Amino acid sequence: MRDAFLAALTNLAEKDKDIVLLTGDLGYGVFEQFEIRFPGQYFNVGVSEQNMTGLATGLSLEGKKVVTYSIGNFPTLRCLEQIRNDACYHDANIVIVASGGGFSYGSLGMSHHATEDLSILRSLPNMTIVAPCTLKETGDAITAMIKNGGVGYLRLDKTNAEATYIESPFIIGKARRYENGDDITLIATGGILGDTNIASAELRKRGINSRVVGMHSIKPIDKNEIIDAAINTGGIVTIEEHNKDGGLGSAICEVCMDNSVMPKKFFRIGLDNIYSSIVGSQQYLRSQYGMDSKAIVKKVIDLLKA
Amino acid sequence: MFKIKNLKRLSLKIRRHAINMTSVGKSAHVGSILSMADILAVLYGFVMSYKADDPKWPERDRFILSKGHAGAGVYAALAETGFIPLEKLRSHYQDGSDLSGHVSHKGIPGVEFSTGSLGHGLPVATGMALAAKIDNNKHNIYVLMSDGECNEGSVWEAALFAQHHKLDNLVVIIDRNRLQSIKSTEYTLSLEPFVNKWQSFGWHVVKVDGHNHQKLVDACNSIFVGKPLCIVAETIKGKGVSFMENNILWHYRSPQGEEYDAAIAELEEKNA
Repeated sequence: MRDAFLAALTNLAEKDKDIVLLTGDLGYGVFEQFEIRFPGQYFNVGVSEQNMTGLATGLSLEGKKVVTYSIGNFPTLRCLEQIRNDACYHDANIVIVASGGGFSYGSLGMSHHATEDLSILRSLPNMTIVAPCTLKETGDAITAMIKNGGVGYLRLDKTNAEATYIESPFIIGKARRYENGDDITLIATGGILGDTNIASAELRKRGINSRVVGMHSIKPIDKNEIIDAAINTGGIVTIEEHNKDGGLGSAICEVCMDNSVMPKKFFRIGLDNIYSSIVGSQQYLRSQYGMDSKAIVKKVIDLLKA
Repeated sequence: MFKIKNLKRLSLKIRRHAINMTSVGKSAHVGSILSMADILAVLYGFVMSYKADDPKWPERDRFILSKGHAGAGVYAALAETGFIPLEKLRSHYQDGSDLSGHVSHKGIPGVEFSTGSLGHGLPVATGMALAAKIDNNKHNIYVLMSDGECNEGSVWEAALFAQHHKLDNLVVIIDRNRLQSIKSTEYTLSLEPFVNKWQSFGWHVVKVDGHNHQKLVDACNSIFVGKPLCIVAETIKGKGVSFMENNILWHYRSPQGEEYDAAIAELEEKNA
């Protein structure tokens, strides 16, 4: 996803000299061409995320459209107050980009597991949050977020769902349906849509037809799609590579309750309030914590039996 | 613009507003405002270019109060220089007011940036200075910080960046009153040798009497090509009201009753 993000950003930077990319000293072998091509539009600010976010705000207040980049929790949690007080309160035009959502950096250990970012940032007013599910969506997302303005958080994943043919265009706040089915709705955010698609195919073999929804926008969230799934399908299962508290599943619960709509069945797949001291590949940790395709299949079958 | 000799009057007005606002609002930080009243008078009365009737004039100098708890002083300076009506100052800290205890830009022309949590102003000012360099604009960015604020790591992150990028359009003024929230800066987390610290970070540093208007003006003019400027302004917390001077109590206490009367009387005497 990082490469798709950079390709799209390069296109944008070519046309718009006000786009400035700041990196917190991450992106070795990634940003060199961008730096050469766009002098005055790229700064490696060093390992200083608080300063990076403050700088971004100052640049934005002077008319720049700023992208801050780092990995894991560094551009988000490390400088959360700068995001809140500086960027959000001042209606800055900044897209915060974190490479390494969820367990992307699984083997690097707990410090590099970004598994509370969505919930923490979701609570901030004036914030748009997008976790693209496919490579195409990644490029579309950065383009739309810069065009939209305001403060955004773009969560990049090391994995992505395969580019399934999909008619609907990318619109912030509008979910995309990848499969139709009435027995259950599987709603996923980020690259784990890949596991969700595999699970859906397996369920279909077993006679269970799933509607599969890619919820790339966590904030704003597509209320209509959630309400439709609650009313017109056999239930909702949410899938996120993230802590259960406050993430995608929680956001969907909020929409249902706020609209007095009760899904017939409901289950959240995600991390159950733990920090992982176990390391491993992203796919290994997904299986370890019950969120890979096999786990999704089992949960759905159990849920529909219950 | 004021003449330097008239800055005394402006600084006294800011001080008087500070006593009034913190008394009416029963709010804290009067000592912090009195400490920097002369710096504000020099910036708003002499050093900075701005148009009160066109607060977003692109060529204006930018000012950020990073020690946001002294925001009432900025509101006072903005009222005295025509950005906001003087009567508005009475709403400070009141129910429904947009003049918050810590300085906020929302609805207040002339405030570039809201602060309140320490260590935020310098990074943002540094971003503004970088933008001016990128766009080849000639205005300066002034940041007023407290000395206690320099406990924050984000200050030093920005200090590194500003010197690395030779942001000589950036001026930091540090209100060096040597008192922070509970005790002295040196007792709490010693800053000395303070000038050397900033010099070793690659800044051009000038130490001045932070209550001497001419010296403050000279310091602001001592911009050094290729280096950001740090003015260590040696001040007295509570300056101008003798019983508040150098007394940490007035970081928190609001002047009421006899204390209020005495403070105003002392300032009036100086104004005479």
